[in-house]
Amino acid sequence: MRCRESGFDKIPGGVSRRDFLKVCTATAVYMGLPASFGPKIAAAATTAKKRPPVIWLSGQECTGCTETLLRATHPTVEHLILDLIALDYSETLNTGAGHQAEEYRAKSIEENKGKFILVVEGSIPVKDGGIYCKVAGKPVLEILKETAPKAAAVVAIGSCAAWGGVPSAGPNPTGATPAYKILEGTGIPVINIPGCPPNGYNFLSTVLYYVTFKKLPELDEKLRPKFAYGRLLHENCERRPHFDAGRFAEQFGDEGHRMGYCLYKLGCKGPETFNNCSTLRFNDMGTWPVNTGHPCFGCSEEGVGFNIPLHTPAEVKNITPSAVQTPITVDHGGGGSTGAVALAAGVAGAAIGAGIVALKKIDQTEKKQD
Amino acid sequence: MSEAKPVGGKVFTGPFLFFLVITLIGIYFLAKRFMFGIGAVSNMNDGFAWGIWITYDVVVGTAFACGGYSMALLVYVFNNGEYHPLVRPALLASMFGYTLAGVSVFIDIGRYWHIYNVFLPWFTNFNSVLLEVALCIAAYIAVLWIEFSPTFIEASTGTKSKVNKLLIFFIALGILLPTMHQSSLGSVMILAGNKLSPLWWTPALPLIFLISAITMGYTVVIFESTLSALGLKRPFETDILAKLSLVIPILLVIFLVVRFGDLLMRGQFGLAFSGDLQGNMFLLENILHIVPLVILASATNRKNAKMLFLSACCLMLGGLLFRFNTYLIGFNPGEGWNYFPAIGEQFITYTIISAEILLYMIFVKKLPVLESHGQAKV
Amino acid sequence: MKIKRRDFLKGAAGCGVLAAVGQPANAEAKKKERLPGALGFLYDSTLCIGCQACMVGCKKANEMPVESSDLLPIWENPRDLSAKTLNVIKKFESGTGTNKDQETDGFAFVKRQCMHCVDPGCVSACPVSAMRKNPDTGVVTYNKDACIGCRYCQIACPFNIPKFQWDSAFPQIVKCQLCSHLLPKGEIPACCSSCPTGATVFGPTSELMAEAQRRQQMEPGKYYDYPVSSLDSGKNFSQKAASYVPQIYGENEVGGTQVLMLAGVPFSKLGLPELPEKSYASTAETIQHTIYKGMIAPIVVLAGLYYFVNRSQKDKD
Repeated sequence: MRCRESGFDKIPGGVSRRDFLKVCTATAVYMGLPASFGPKIAAAATTAKKRPPVIWLSGQECTGCTETLLRATHPTVEHLILDLIALDYSETLNTGAGHQAEEYRAKSIEENKGKFILVVEGSIPVKDGGIYCKVAGKPVLEILKETAPKAAAVVAIGSCAAWGGVPSAGPNPTGATPAYKILEGTGIPVINIPGCPPNGYNFLSTVLYYVTFKKLPELDEKLRPKFAYGRLLHENCERRPHFDAGRFAEQFGDEGHRMGYCLYKLGCKGPETFNNCSTLRFNDMGTWPVNTGHPCFGCSEEGVGFNIPLHTPAEVKNITPSAVQTPITVDHGGGGSTGAVALAAGVAGAAIGAGIVALKKIDQTEKKQD
Repeated sequence: MSEAKPVGGKVFTGPFLFFLVITLIGIYFLAKRFMFGIGAVSNMNDGFAWGIWITYDVVVGTAFACGGYSMALLVYVFNNGEYHPLVRPALLASMFGYTLAGVSVFIDIGRYWHIYNVFLPWFTNFNSVLLEVALCIAAYIAVLWIEFSPTFIEASTGTKSKVNKLLIFFIALGILLPTMHQSSLGSVMILAGNKLSPLWWTPALPLIFLISAITMGYTVVIFESTLSALGLKRPFETDILAKLSLVIPILLVIFLVVRFGDLLMRGQFGLAFSGDLQGNMFLLENILHIVPLVILASATNRKNAKMLFLSACCLMLGGLLFRFNTYLIGFNPGEGWNYFPAIGEQFITYTIISAEILLYMIFVKKLPVLESHGQAKV
Repeated sequence: MKIKRRDFLKGAAGCGVLAAVGQPANAEAKKKERLPGALGFLYDSTLCIGCQACMVGCKKANEMPVESSDLLPIWENPRDLSAKTLNVIKKFESGTGTNKDQETDGFAFVKRQCMHCVDPGCVSACPVSAMRKNPDTGVVTYNKDACIGCRYCQIACPFNIPKFQWDSAFPQIVKCQLCSHLLPKGEIPACCSSCPTGATVFGPTSELMAEAQRRQQMEPGKYYDYPVSSLDSGKNFSQKAASYVPQIYGENEVGGTQVLMLAGVPFSKLGLPELPEKSYASTAETIQHTIYKGMIAPIVVLAGLYYFVNRSQKDKD
């Protein structure tokens, strides 16, 4: 296959130009930007003088969020990510280890002061001075507190970093706390990308957006990018027509379940979870819990995931009721058409007129009779 | 007894043809109604389930047909034979009025092929006011035709029939039955409950309707006597009507006392001045009752054909408006429901009225109904 | 006019009889109580999520035709109850409409269908017993073979429930009959079985009343178990209790209804009328029975009239 001359130098990761453009365009679309932004993102990604450095800190995490980024295979995005950004420190992916890794981290932070992106994966324990998670002998709490002020922005990837996640489930013995709470009042911009794990593209899109436009995408009141977390899963679920028509699976394996009916009665938390799993799906194969037949448990939603039991029905959050629902008072018509009113008025007028004429005639006739 | 004779003369006069045309147009709409359903010609809807067919054709129509009833009360109960000349024309109007009201019921009800169910004991519900109205009206129509039969017999045999015991029984029935159903036509709207404005909703509705119906009977007698005289170029029966019309102001006083007494007792009088449609219609309805009361209180006016006719017109309108208010204008099923009769719907009502006028014209010209000339005075 | 004084007095006495008879006397119709086996359902507006599964279930179970709306040309939203729709979910909205079950800047749902009254206006009204209240279950059903289409039931229903097939040459009255064709089979009304949250729950009215009272005692915000489909289904959903309006609609309205309702906003906002405790049927029936009990008064009056008429004819001859 002949490659046309393209305007893109140094396409990272050994990816073909077509695949690279595909990814950038897809990223634009996921963020709700027009597809024409794809080439812009691609240009920004490949012409940056220096790749933006990223420091990736791990708190109380299961590494699932790192894994989610590495699992993409169409194309091999892990190369893309690792060549797109300068991942100077990641406990999972470091080539070096021990003192060497720590020295490199300190050096990178100093060199890139004010310019690097700090990614936090996992929650931060605060109880007992934060001793329940230490790296290189230091509580992660301290590491975060000293690193974050030097960063350009903090991205909290995964539910644990975004609002506490599994470690924060009651009774929360370690005092697991999300990054934004630790950094409250410092003025450092924090973006939350919750999920357990979140879709890798949510993270990727956010980073690419920042690289291209030099600012953060629009966030909601929970600091989540609106392009991914602006809608309830319920609003875009493929089983929604079944919900609307009252077709539910009542037990795993029953007729309704086999027919693919709505899983609300099995405890699906789609109606109260904000995420884009129902549209973006996972593993580049379009799978997500609901379409495999298991109800969503609200892993990305604070207060829902790891809090409300799996099979307890969700509180359906309607932001406002659908515009097509009938209001209390409905106009049923039945009023008179112009013709009908005219006819009635005409007849009434004629009757009154006839009455007046009759009265006159009676008067005349009476006078004659007298 | 009566010296009644057919008036004679041409049947197909100008007015006759005019009403015939209206009747024919109405028949077209009737065909539409029966072929395509009530909704095809009418604006009645689930909020306003009853429209002008019930309100005018049945309720007002039977009230206008109370001439026979009121005259029977006067002539047979209060024993005033001097009003006899007015009985047959009143009977005729009653007969037509009630028969056509029956026809209107047949047109209005949706499942008319079941109409005989009201007579079947395994269906009848004796708690229902409407059942009593239906059975009473059906019986009364039969009674009216029987009461009118002497006229038919006279016309065909040329001899005057004698009043026998059986006819007396039917005359008595002919007074009882309207008392029952005209009051019950008021009771019917009690079930409307919160949907009927407190200006009209009251447990005293049957009494108010009854007094109104009796009053209307005398009013209609005056109205039709005057119009007949005018239309058929006969002398006005002012002398006899002057004496008759004294009853009306008396009845009107009773009517207004009961009406306003009840309203004040229920504390709803203030609604009359709310300025909305219902309040204003209430005021108009009562003005139309008070004006004739004032006019007919004077003996001079009662001897004046013009004043008699004017009062009669006012009162007919007043009685009509009272019933329209109770059944339609005072009725409010809730927000979002509107009703105004559609063109086809109106025409069917005009047809019923026209048919009555046509039949009246034919009957007085061909049958011995009206007193012959010179016999109108006592 | 010449009236003999005797005749005048007789006439006046007659009028007096009529006047006395015109007032509803003390023959009060006895207040109808709920039947012991009365069935109904409890609709809880705070649990309702407006999913309209009950509307779809009702259409299916009763083989009703689809009805589209002119709000949007889709099949899902009839504007109101009609000859094609026995059961409708409507929404109340105020201000921004963002808070469920709140009066200001809030929204709430309401389910409208026949209330299966304890003393139904439609049953009292119908001259041919086409509207009938089942003597055991109290369910109000319609019999098209008796019906004459007079539509008095539509006038008499304070909730405006019975609907008429205006566009049919052979019209019927149409209304919810509590799926009485399913009850003998041991099944429950379709709106109850399709409701996912237990907003509509079936059961004997006495037990529904107890359940409604239990909910009125709940602490808003706490999780409680709510029965789903029917009170005895054994299935429960744990849901947060809302703040209820302290009224069980249907407990006393026009003598009580077998369908009960709870809500978080005032019922008048949901389109449910404020009604007195005395049913209009009992008022109308009291009057009728007072006047016509055993047909005694009419027969007496008839006898009196016969006497007068006879005498007037004798005077003539």
